[in-house]
Order: sequence, then C-alpha cells, then structure tokens
Amino acid sequence: MNYEIVCGIETHIELATKTKIFCGCTTEFGGEPNTHCCPVCTGQPGSLPILNQKVVEYAIKAGLALNCKINTKSHMDRKNYVYPDLPKAYQISQYDEPLCEKGYIELDSGKRIGITRIHIEEDAGKLVHENGYTYIDYNRSGVPLIEIVSEPDISSAEEAREYAEKLQLIMRYIGISDCKMQEGSMRCDVNLSLRKPGDSRFGVRTEIKNINSLSFIQKAVMAEAERQADILDAGGTVVQQTMRYDEATNSVSPMRDKENSDDYRYFPDPDILRFSINDEKVEEIRASLPELPFDKLKRYVNVLGLPEATARQIFRYRKVAEFFEGALAEGASVKNAANLIVGTIFSNMDTEEEKELFDIRISAAQFAALVKLADEKKINIGVAQSTLQKMLESGKPVEEFIKPEDLAGISDEELESLCKEAIDANPKAVADVRSGKDKAINVMFGYIMKKTGGKADIRKAEVLLRKLIGQ
Amino acid sequence: MRTGISELAKRLQSREISAMELTKAYIGAIEKLNPTINAYVYLTFDTAMKAAEKADQRLKEGGAPLLCGIPMALKDNICTDGLNTTCCSKILKGFKPYYDATVWEKLKAHGAVLLGKTNMDEFAMGSTSETSCYGAPLNPRNTNYVTGGSSGGSAAAVCANLAVYSLGSDTGGSIRQPASFCGVVGLKPTYGAVSRYGLIAYGSSLDQIGPMTNSVKDAAIVFDAIKGGDRRDQTSVDYDYGSSLAECLDRDVKGMRIGVAEEFFDGINPEIKSKIEEAIKLFERNGAVIENIRLPALKLALPVYYIIACAEASSNLGRYDGIRYGYRTSSYTSIEDMIVKTRSEGFGDEVKRRIMLGTYVLSSGYYDAYYKKACLIREEINREFDAVFEKCDVLVAPTAPNTAFPLNYKGAGPVEMYLSDICTVPVNIAGVPAISVPCGEDSNGLPVGMQIIGKKFDEATVLQAAHFYEQSAGEVIGVYEGGARI
Repeated sequence: MNYEIVCGIETHIELATKTKIFCGCTTEFGGEPNTHCCPVCTGQPGSLPILNQKVVEYAIKAGLALNCKINTKSHMDRKNYVYPDLPKAYQISQYDEPLCEKGYIELDSGKRIGITRIHIEEDAGKLVHENGYTYIDYNRSGVPLIEIVSEPDISSAEEAREYAEKLQLIMRYIGISDCKMQEGSMRCDVNLSLRKPGDSRFGVRTEIKNINSLSFIQKAVMAEAERQADILDAGGTVVQQTMRYDEATNSVSPMRDKENSDDYRYFPDPDILRFSINDEKVEEIRASLPELPFDKLKRYVNVLGLPEATARQIFRYRKVAEFFEGALAEGASVKNAANLIVGTIFSNMDTEEEKELFDIRISAAQFAALVKLADEKKINIGVAQSTLQKMLESGKPVEEFIKPEDLAGISDEELESLCKEAIDANPKAVADVRSGKDKAINVMFGYIMKKTGGKADIRKAEVLLRKLIGQ
Repeated sequence: MRTGISELAKRLQSREISAMELTKAYIGAIEKLNPTINAYVYLTFDTAMKAAEKADQRLKEGGAPLLCGIPMALKDNICTDGLNTTCCSKILKGFKPYYDATVWEKLKAHGAVLLGKTNMDEFAMGSTSETSCYGAPLNPRNTNYVTGGSSGGSAAAVCANLAVYSLGSDTGGSIRQPASFCGVVGLKPTYGAVSRYGLIAYGSSLDQIGPMTNSVKDAAIVFDAIKGGDRRDQTSVDYDYGSSLAECLDRDVKGMRIGVAEEFFDGINPEIKSKIEEAIKLFERNGAVIENIRLPALKLALPVYYIIACAEASSNLGRYDGIRYGYRTSSYTSIEDMIVKTRSEGFGDEVKRRIMLGTYVLSSGYYDAYYKKACLIREEINREFDAVFEKCDVLVAPTAPNTAFPLNYKGAGPVEMYLSDICTVPVNIAGVPAISVPCGEDSNGLPVGMQIIGKKFDEATVLQAAHFYEQSAGEVIGVYEGGARI
C-alpha cells in the first residue's frame, strides 16, 4: 500500500464505581429492566444531578496512569441531542475543560501514542427491540464513563491493537474498570484516514464505531485502510462518514450519513457547580496508584531477573502479580514461584478471565511455604508441582501433604547411606559409570528417589555418588 | 390587614379554631371564587382534609410549628408526589411525579395543608399567566386585569384569600411582578438559598422558589421554613442565617444606606415612579441614608436574561418528547414523527418561541456572539452589584414599569411584554434577593409594587426594610374583601 495510515482511537470505559455518576443508583450490570433507576437517572422533571466524587477520582487515576496533566479546575457541560435512550435530551459530559489532558501510552517499540484528553460523562440507556416493539431500559442511564481520546499517532493495525490492549491493561490494573469489551464496559471508536508518505496534510477520515474486541480493532483498521486505499487508487475521494465493522465478513460499511453534521449546542451545565481539585488530592490519588503494569514488567525482567516470557505471563494480571509478589515477600524464590504459577496454577485456568479473577483456594503465604521447600531442596520440583495441585484442589496447606517427618528423613548422613546403598545395589551401573557411560548414574538416582518418595536433593546426591564411586 | 400566620398559629394552638375548620373555610372560599378567578388548576381537598386532621393531632399534642395546620398553595411547577404537576402545559397534562420537591417535603414536615396547585404561565414563561393551558387566572382586585406572571395563580390565591400563603418561582420576576400586580408580598430569595430540587426547570441558573404572602412577616416565616442547603441540589447553599428571620424583623432604618439607581427608573410609568419616590422619602424621614448610585450595565440585563434563560430552557425542555410521561400525540409513523408531533401539539407559542431562541443562541457559529457574550455581561452586572453593595445595604426600585395589564392585552407584541421584566431580571442575573411589597395604587385602583433588593444571603436586611415600610406606611392599598372568612 502506498499510503500512510493516520489513526486515532476514542475509547469509552465504564467506571466501576458502586453508584451512578449523578445519583445513588447501583451501576451493577444487568438486573430487570428499569430497576436500577430513580428520578435523576431517568430525567424526571425537576430532578437535579449531584456529581459523584468517586467518578472524578477514578478519572484522575486514569489520567495519572496515562501520564496526563490533571486540570485542577473543571466543569460539566450539556451535550444536547435527541434520542429515546437519552432521558433528558442532553448528556452531561465535558467539552472544553476535560479533567485530564496531554498524556501518552508507550508502545513496546518505544513509540508514544499521545492521549489528547480524558473526560467524564454519563452513559445512556439501552433500546431493546422485541416482538416488533422497541423498549427502553434505563438501568445503564447515568453509569459513569470516561472517554479517552488519542492523538492520531497510530500508524498501523498492529499499533492500534497494541494501544487498545495496553490501555485496557492499565485501566484494569488501576482498578477503575473491568474493561470487558464484550459486555460493553470498554468500547472503541477508530478514526482513520490515509495520506501519501511525507504529506503533512490529513486525508478525509472515517469513524468506525463501537468495535468490541481487540482483534477486531486490528482487523477493522486493516479493512478500512484497504477500502480507503482502493478508493484513492481509483482516483476517488473518501467520504467522511460513520462506519460499522462487520466481523462475520471482515468488512467495513457506512452506518448513517453525516450529511447534517450534528450541532450538540454544548454549554456549561448550570445544575453542577464548577469544581476544583487541589494538588494534595491529586498527589493523594497518585500515591494510591499501584505500580503500573509496564513498570512492573520492566522490574520483573531487570531487577528480579525473570525471563521476559515468564514475566509477561505474570504481570498482566494484577491479582496474579500481587500473589507472586506476596509469595516473594514470604521468602519464596523468584524462579520457583514464577515457574509454579505459570506451570501449575495457570494449568488450572483456561481463560484470560479466570487469570484476571485469579480465584484460588490458597494464600500467597501458603504458596510460599511450598515454594520454600523446593527452594531448600527439601522436595524436588515434581513433588512441588503435584503437591501444589493437591493444595489448589483442597485449599489445604502444604503440611497436609508433606509431613515434617517426611522432610526430616533426608539428612546429609541419611543421604550418604542411601547413596552407599544405591551403589551396593547396582554394581553394573557403577561399572558403567566408571567405564564412561555417564548416563548410568540415573539408575542410582532412580533408586534414591524411589526410596525417599522423591524428596531427596538430587544434586547433592550426585556429588556424593561421584565421590563414592571415585570419580 | 388580614390575619397573619403567627396570629392564625396562635388560634390554632389555643384550639380556638381547628385546622380542619380553617381548611374547610378555605375550601368553601375556593369553591365559590375559583371558578371565576382560576387561581387553582388542580385541587387537593381530600389530601388537604387528611393533612388538617393530622395537623390537629399535632396541635393537640402541643409544640407544633407555626405553619402546622395552615392552608396553603403551590405553584404548578413544584413537584408533589402523586399529585398533578403540569407547569400548566398541555405537554405535561395529567403528569403526577413520584417524588416530592424539597420545599414541599419541608413544608409537609411542618404540617402544611396543601389546597391545590396554582395557575401559571406555561413552564413559567410569561408575564401575565395567560400562556397557561388552563386559561389565565384573573386579578382578584379587578377581574378585567391579569394577575401578572408567571406565578399569577399563587399571587391571586393569596390576594383573594384562597390560601394563607403560597409558593411561587422566580426566574426573571415571576414572584415579584405578580405580587406587585395583585398587591401582595413576594420574596425572591438569593440564588441557592432555597433548594430547587423538584422545581421543574425553566432557566436553571436563575430559577428560585420563594413565598407569596399577605405580609412581610408571613414571607419571613415561610422563608424560614423552606430555606437551607439540600444534598440533592448542588447549587443550594447551607447558609447560616443565625436565627429565625421572622423573629428579627423589628429594626428601624436609621442609618440604613438605601441605594437608588436611576437606571431602574428609565421608562417607568410616572404614577409608579412617584409612589416609589414617596416610599423613598418615608425611608429618608426615618433616618435612612439615600445614596444615588449607578448601574450602567443594567440596560443590558434584559437581552442577557432572554439569552441565558432561553438557552437553558431550550435544553431543559428537550426531555418532553412523549416517550416516558405526559402528553403523546395520537397518531404517528415513526419515533421522530412522534416526537415532532408531540412537541408541536404539546407546547404553546411562547414556549416554542423561547425554545427556538435558546436553540439559536447556542448553535455553533452563534454561541460566541450570543450565549458566551451574555455570560460575560452577566459577570459585569454581578461586579456592578457587588460594587454597589459596598456602598449600600439595600436598593429600592419599582417592581415593574407598569401596573397590571388588561386581559388579552397584546401591546406591540412579545418584545414589549419582555420589556416589562426590566426591573426584575437584573436581580436574577446577579442572584441576589429581592422582595416586592405593595406601595400604593394607580389611578385605576391597581396595586403598585416596590422592590427592595439586597446582598446575597442578606434576606434579613431586605425583610427588615420591607417590614419597616409596611408598618410605617399603613394601608397603602385597599383590602380585598372576600375569600375565606375566619
């Protein structure tokens, strides 16, 4: 393709506050239609909005995590438009004074995708089409959203996906949203235009609305870029319009004509006072942020010395990372803890969601107790794995499966006498080792492991065996 | 002068009269007079009698508040749980909210007895109450004249003694101007002094609920009961007024600095001007210091008001689409068609005019020239008021440039009607408190109103000055004979 992709992404994220943005109704997903409602979120005449301070806090968290400048003075605006799911005929949003501005997300390549702004707003209700009728469910009306607008810095489908993926990860990490794209708690609109390389002007852009998975973002960008390239190659012009991505056919098609460009008649909402957030509050929120995921990843690799592949498997789930770090704090070794999590615990979890939830029956301390036995070579890795599996299934601590007497049985003296026993019992293997067939030592390892139920330190045993054999 | 709230409360508390008897007297008067005066558009006699019965229980037990058992009325734009609240608009015909406005919740807690909802201009847009979908209320003092508006029904009910007191709402003069036209007292409190929760919005940054009464003292008593911050209204303020304002009315005006701005007297009917000047002389004779001050930005107040109020209204009234409540057109082909027809049929001309005006001033390309500029001038007006109140304790001005219009008076059209708000709108723009008190009659025997304007949250001084005038000037207007006899 002889064009450069110019792409920006607008992301709506539902915040996980307990109550709605302007009233005390629950934000819980689902529920019988119109049961999570009150005069305020259904826009009854005479009702007034009260801004939920948690929403402001969550949005500031997002801003800080995305390296934004926080506007300590801000206000809410009304965005006027008519649609049956919008009970006041205006959405309370932010227009010219967003809470956060000028941040970025860094891609693996080191390239930064700018964040233009983050603002807070209310979600609308939902239209349900059934039996030839249209019903309206206002349960979602007033659920808090943040809209994160990126700069048009994205120049490939892969970058678009990586941007959205990193955004999702960071937002989940700081605990402001579950960012479930299938349930609509994270929704992406992609703006895209093409231009000749080196051209500083932007081409005509289109907007692909409501993409609901990360891989569809990548596919939609590719499909739309190809569609626009075909038009331009044929000497045509791209029409500025809103598009829909169809995953079944992997194609992009116009949604509605933007002939009448909407005039939202934004103006400051007179019902909500201008608000200010003092610097101490911002610092307090900054201090409450957890270590951010990509800082953590770097630390796992550079400081803890984990292989990047293992580090990547652990850092992306906040609860897993917490569990891992909890075990380290209890004295478990980095390597064994990481390998047991990735190798054994994850083998019980089929989906991303399960890893995200990380609902397991043992504590980090209990896990550490097991890892330490392996660290101290009191049990070998195989036993550690099988014991861990039993612990996960039962929720019982390691002592239930490995008795102190089992461990005490393998002292250095005992190991030495076991080695002697092994030599006496396997004269042929000893002869083989002496004649250079080194693999034959495994026969004696097998003997020792069998006798100890796998609890012997095989490296110590090797040293002893070679000494006794006279090598 | 008519029996005031504290005297009625005394009689109720001494059981000389019961709340049920009092309520029956008002119900009888309403049944007799309302068919002509049309002050009420919805009557709540059953709930009134039940409330009176409960009030009598409380009164028997002793320690009941002043307003317990006192029959009253609410403007039809104040939400009442399960009772019609329609803003006198076809588009809300039959609408019964499922929650109470904060003011009504407070008054109910005092044991108030609600007689009904009062007539008003549709969505509080008008100066005569003639835009009501139920037909105009008539001025009890002369039924060939209007009550003023938009709280015309609330003014008429109090004037004709069909309620002891009522609540109105004031966006650009809607309490004070009808109070002036009907010869009653109307207080527009400081913006934020009274919760707007449950007041169906017209111009949200200007709207304020206030009492309409027969005396300044009654206004103070009702204001005492409804004022205060509300966690359901972010724009409300929990201002510490110290004590009950009704108990601190007795103060003379010696040394009180009273400002008079000539801008308030431009184009005022000479009869009105002379009545206000007489009142100013009365203050001066009693030791007040009269300060001649200037408010140059005042001449811009009217366009600023119409731009801001209409802009907010165009957004506030967008929700009336026939989908969730209120009127819905009978036949339609699509949802868009339904919304368009519902709004075309449901709103009256004046409301449509203001929605269009407001939509226009907020449109992209015009926003800066109108809405934004109006907001800047609003700030300038605020600064001028702030500066004036450095030098004065209160300002005295006419409430309206004219007395009541004859019914169906069209004049030169809507703009002339808008001009009649010239004295009242600056007060809403600045968010300060003001009261209208009767200060005489014109040659047709129609009441004239004087406006006393104060600093933000200084209702105390406004009420004191008004009370002093009322007590010193004596009977400046004729007493309306009729209404409830007690």
